[in-house]
Amino acid sequence: MSEVMVDVRGLDVSFGSARVLRGVDLRLERGRTVGVVGESGSGKSTLAKVLVGTVRAASGTATVDGVDIVAADRRAMRAYRRRTQMIPQDPYSSLSPRRTIAQTLAEAIDPARARVARHEQLIAEWLVRVGLSADMMHRFPHEFSGGQRQRIAIARGLIIDPHLVIADEITSALDVSVQAQILDLLAGIKESLGVTMMFISHNLAVVQRVSDDVVVLYQGEVVEAGPVEQVYSDPQHWYTRRLLDADPGAPGFGLAS
Amino acid sequence: MTESNPAAAVRVAEAPADRARTFAWNPGLVIGLVILVVVALTAIIAPLVFGAQATGVGSDPGQSASAAHPLGTDTLGRDMLARTLVATQSTVLMALFATALSSVVGIALGIGVWLAPRRLRELGLRLIEFAVSYPTMLVAIIVAAILGQGVVQVVVAVAVANIAGFARLTANLAAKISASEYVTTARLMGVPVHRLALRHVLPNMAEPILILIAGAFSGALVEISGLSFIGLGAQSPAFDWGTLLNDGLSRIAVNPIVIVGPAVALTFTSLAALMVGDGLAAAANPRSNSTRARLVRAEGEPALVAIEGDDVVLIADGITVTHGSTGRPLVSDVSFTIRRGEVLGIVGESGSGKSLTASVVARLLGEGLEASARRLELGGTDLIGRVSGRTLASKIGLVYQDPGTALNPALVLGSQLSDVLTIRLGFPRRGALGLLARAFEAVKLSDPEGRLRQHPHQLSGGMKQRAMIASAMSTKPDLLIADEPTTALDVTVQREVLSLLKRMNEQSGTAVLFISHDLGVVRALCDRVLVMKDGRIVERIDDVATLSEDTVEHPYTKQLLAATPVVAVPREARS
Repeated sequence: MSEVMVDVRGLDVSFGSARVLRGVDLRLERGRTVGVVGESGSGKSTLAKVLVGTVRAASGTATVDGVDIVAADRRAMRAYRRRTQMIPQDPYSSLSPRRTIAQTLAEAIDPARARVARHEQLIAEWLVRVGLSADMMHRFPHEFSGGQRQRIAIARGLIIDPHLVIADEITSALDVSVQAQILDLLAGIKESLGVTMMFISHNLAVVQRVSDDVVVLYQGEVVEAGPVEQVYSDPQHWYTRRLLDADPGAPGFGLAS
Repeated sequence: MTESNPAAAVRVAEAPADRARTFAWNPGLVIGLVILVVVALTAIIAPLVFGAQATGVGSDPGQSASAAHPLGTDTLGRDMLARTLVATQSTVLMALFATALSSVVGIALGIGVWLAPRRLRELGLRLIEFAVSYPTMLVAIIVAAILGQGVVQVVVAVAVANIAGFARLTANLAAKISASEYVTTARLMGVPVHRLALRHVLPNMAEPILILIAGAFSGALVEISGLSFIGLGAQSPAFDWGTLLNDGLSRIAVNPIVIVGPAVALTFTSLAALMVGDGLAAAANPRSNSTRARLVRAEGEPALVAIEGDDVVLIADGITVTHGSTGRPLVSDVSFTIRRGEVLGIVGESGSGKSLTASVVARLLGEGLEASARRLELGGTDLIGRVSGRTLASKIGLVYQDPGTALNPALVLGSQLSDVLTIRLGFPRRGALGLLARAFEAVKLSDPEGRLRQHPHQLSGGMKQRAMIASAMSTKPDLLIADEPTTALDVTVQREVLSLLKRMNEQSGTAVLFISHDLGVVRALCDRVLVMKDGRIVERIDDVATLSEDTVEHPYTKQLLAATPVVAVPREARS
């Protein structure tokens, strides 16, 4: 039983004369994670922005949980946005320094009122789930390390049980040992809650840790897509091969002298 | 558009939990606050104690300083000291009201402009900038002239004159704060825009606004006194410092002592407010108080007893770095050598002290840090103590993490990258450019002559880093220090830059100190590796080629290796 959560077809996005996405296709089933890999200018962040509704596509369709966001009007988009959450990249700027963790999480649950008292139990539950403890909820962001902040950002993204979570380079600002912990945490949450996720990263090894499927973007086009194991072990496109070879831990990695 | 890679987010330090907001008290702030407290007490008490003296007509008018009247008396025989002290209340209250009114209206306007739809916002911003360009005193006089004489009119006039300043600061801060990820995230979650303003934008601009309020209060004091001085403000029998000055002016030739009181009071109060403003600004930016870094020689038994071979380029023995004010150790007793032609890697995570160690070698330690070493020698030159810029420039080349911020966007490459050759090494301009062009050629930048005339934005991230390497190598240094030089680059570009570093090292024999968080990268490039954690070297790896979890000894190295993500693909599956 596979229900399609995200179905993107022929998506085109242009900024002025620059075509940033060209005919992008992407299908994601409920409960699965798709990794989106690519380098600067590949359009991976633009794809995320289309899916959270901050960038309008010029043509094509992008259906998420039955809503076509390319065609949707303002009201439909407002309702839609609540159900698609983004976990931002930089844990140091993604939490308001003047608000406690509880206030930040309460805002995700109830954007208008952000009442902490009413949602205290859910907040406590999620803090524990992301490996923190419930008594930390009244602390401010500066009292946490980068890894802990990223855990809080993950809790904020998942606390309302969104139909789609987009994680945009969420480990690239972290130390490798902290990154490993965050990847473990994500893998565990995925396993237990069946989250549907789009995991954007430039790091192929990191993508492999959390993704079921992978999409390789190059200059705005999908050059290869499929299950991670298949794409990584038998890449069809030259660019995918080049990316894999550039991984410093890859067997093919060597420095020409 | 500049080349920007989300992956390129400059790596940030894993913040220690104690990085709380510490408030750095400073002398200016304390003195200013003390004076303001005295002024406030005077404003409250003086009218009660000296009220009668200040307003009652006295028997000896127009007196100079005497024991009974230290600041003399005015034409009606009223004691000027008493009048000055009593006038504190009206003057300070008027300035306070004016400041409060201008800040509230200004902040509301600034936020309003930020909330407005795009076109209205642009128009609002232009209008605010237009208003700011007029001197506040001039605006105050014009408004007061329209409103007429009186205390309320003057307060309103001064408030109106200061609104634009608050509106501009608020609008600018709001624009900056609303670009931060926590505001964009909240907006995506569907937080209504007015709540965004109250919840996220306003609280996070408190510090700069407070500093502006202190400055505006000081300005309002002077402006109100100025308006009263020209007769627009307090009307007789009411009086403030401005009217006292005006009264005294007509008799300045006959009895100059009478203007001393209000003049001194006004000067000190407005100065105190300014000191508080500056003090708050300094406290908000603790770096401004820190001292210059020092590097001194430490005594003690050297850790490097036997140094084999005469091809050793760098000898670093017992590098220690402490935080100047707290004495917290950041690097503890780090010793190593680098031989000619060797690439030494230092690998570690945030806070391991790897970059600090490199910055001691390059004599580029940040402010507020203290460093010592038993021995630090590069190519036979002692680096402890005074070292000329010329020596450092000719012996050490530096490549930084982010080529996007290391280059000045306003200057062409030729002019900024040849600086070290012309300024430090005394090359003529033309010769330096020729040398740089050859260096560009060596790093395989196409059209090297043309690149010299290009601006940084015309190059991709990888090309910029090539240019940086070319510039660093143009002085033929003994040691090239590369601090995370590929962290901000795409993986395929990283590979090219690493290959380039390797080639330059092999061709020129320049020793390289390579700092990285990535064991995979270090393994590919370096001959030997030091693993650092919490300011100490925990493991020295001499055989990098066979590096694996089995060959390393320290648990931290094993943990680091295990945590480094590597694409797992069955080897035979890849052709």
